[in-house]
Amino acid sequence: MAGKLDQIFILLRDWLAHFLPAALRPAAEVVLGVIAIVCVFPGLFALTTVFERKGLGRIQNRLGPNRVGPFGLFQPVADGIKALIKEDIVPFSANAGVHFLAPLVLVVTVFMGFAVLPMGRNMVLVNMDSGLLFYFAMGAATELSVFMAGWSSRNKYSLLGAMRAVAQMISYEVVLLLSAVSVVMISGTLSLPAIVASQNTYSGIWPHWYIFTPWGLAAFVMYAIAGTAETNRSPFDLPEGESELVAGYHTEYSGFKFALFFLGEYLAMFSISGLGTTLFLGGWSAPFSFLTLIPSWIWFFGKVMVSIFVFIWMRGTLPRLRQDQLMNFAWKFVLPFTLLDLLVTALWRFMGEGWARWVVCTVILVAAYAVMGCLGLSRKDIGPRSYRYAE
Amino acid sequence: MLGEGILKGMAETARNFFGSYVSKERLTTVEYPEERVPTAENARVFPFLVYDGAEWEAGMRCVACQICEKECPPKCILIDKSKDKKPDYAGKPQFYPTRFDIDISVCMSCQICVEVCPFEAIKMDTQFELATDDRFAGLLLDRKELAKSNEYYHTIHPTEATEVDSRLAEEKAKVEAKAKAAAEAAAAKAAAAPNPAPPADKPPAGGGD
Repeated sequence: MAGKLDQIFILLRDWLAHFLPAALRPAAEVVLGVIAIVCVFPGLFALTTVFERKGLGRIQNRLGPNRVGPFGLFQPVADGIKALIKEDIVPFSANAGVHFLAPLVLVVTVFMGFAVLPMGRNMVLVNMDSGLLFYFAMGAATELSVFMAGWSSRNKYSLLGAMRAVAQMISYEVVLLLSAVSVVMISGTLSLPAIVASQNTYSGIWPHWYIFTPWGLAAFVMYAIAGTAETNRSPFDLPEGESELVAGYHTEYSGFKFALFFLGEYLAMFSISGLGTTLFLGGWSAPFSFLTLIPSWIWFFGKVMVSIFVFIWMRGTLPRLRQDQLMNFAWKFVLPFTLLDLLVTALWRFMGEGWARWVVCTVILVAAYAVMGCLGLSRKDIGPRSYRYAE
Repeated sequence: MLGEGILKGMAETARNFFGSYVSKERLTTVEYPEERVPTAENARVFPFLVYDGAEWEAGMRCVACQICEKECPPKCILIDKSKDKKPDYAGKPQFYPTRFDIDISVCMSCQICVEVCPFEAIKMDTQFELATDDRFAGLLLDRKELAKSNEYYHTIHPTEATEVDSRLAEEKAKVEAKAKAAAEAAAAKAAAAPNPAPPADKPPAGGGD
């Protein structure tokens, strides 16, 4: 029974596909999987927009939206209708073709990333051997769309936002990749289902997730920082810093194109959370061995939603960085630390089983963190801001 | 330690997040249409005309002197003076406005009309829910819409209204005393020298000043 529930979506897909002739079945199965992804994640996006606004409200001791439907749950419906019936304005001197394509490129490339994410046992659309590589290739393409949007709008705010976005995303893309590389070094595979399988074992009741190792925790923290920057979320939301740049690269977008940007941004957040879950948090595996009866997809989506909550929580807490702080942080702290973490991962791999590697790896990482933290804080360029007031 | 401040901040926001579910006092906002915060006593939105007694047309304090009309910076007041006179609060015959319009789409709530009015006839209202689907006629208030009773004035600006009332009462008493003195003087004069020509009816001195 539990097994059936675990595989319910696969069984449903097979049942729907068996109405077709055998030759069409593989294609039909893929199409059904695509339909599921294209329905589920935008649905999740709609819910997340409400929960984000409510969560931010609660953080600021407000109630948040509660007018449309029970507890404001139909707010995204109202927002969607509004986006659809709004006038779609294209600036007179914009490059209309590129301006039109930019939101599409964003949404399409973000959706492509979901193809390789395992969302449950056997629930992966394309089981690629080099799934991680594919994912990062698709993730890198989102930068293109941001720059397309900024460049084609012919607006100084859009262009500034796009240039900030590209600088930021390329800087943090390096960290994102390198922190994922440490997982690849240990698991020895680029296939995401295989990475999940390598974490889906237990000692007693405790799982073997990579976050529960010193190198894994360090890589996860770096991954989370880079992922936040990659999805342009606060505190790394400089590309759309509304206090400086109107709305950044999507200043000139209105109506449904703007909604697509919004959708793309949230989908990127889900996708980054999903990948982080897969790489470090054991993907769809249960947190304790006695909880394996609960379907795997519940665990995957549960973990993704928890990550989303942390994203919202950070947004409600942290102020936006300055551009130079952002760059210094990326190149002078996060990147060196991730490189060191790669070395530590190698050490972990070759020191063999036993407690010695735990001690050695932990000591190296903690010492490095403390030293780099102290150095960083004592230096003027990445330390706390100092203010000079006019006398 | 690096990241310490972030953790502190995250703890603070988490406290707010969960605290807002637990204690109602934390919530800084009110659910507006259902729940209202009483307006502050010094709040002001648009002007209204004060009348005494129950009858708005009879009790209107405005004497159509048109000072406010002239002083209004955005020129949103339009007054037509009456031909006849009616007695004011002190019983003195005064003109009254046959027409008093304020275009609140033009009014900038500067309160200059209130400050220049010598008759305490125009005051600032606190009524702010004036949305209408007719942006021309709906926002042009005539004297009937503008007229609000003195009791209403007391409820929205109690301190100011009490002060105004005592000032008016004082003036009324002064005027009455003066009239009485004049009447007594006239009576004494009449008693002293009863000649056929009675003294010219002295106008009851000074309107409101």
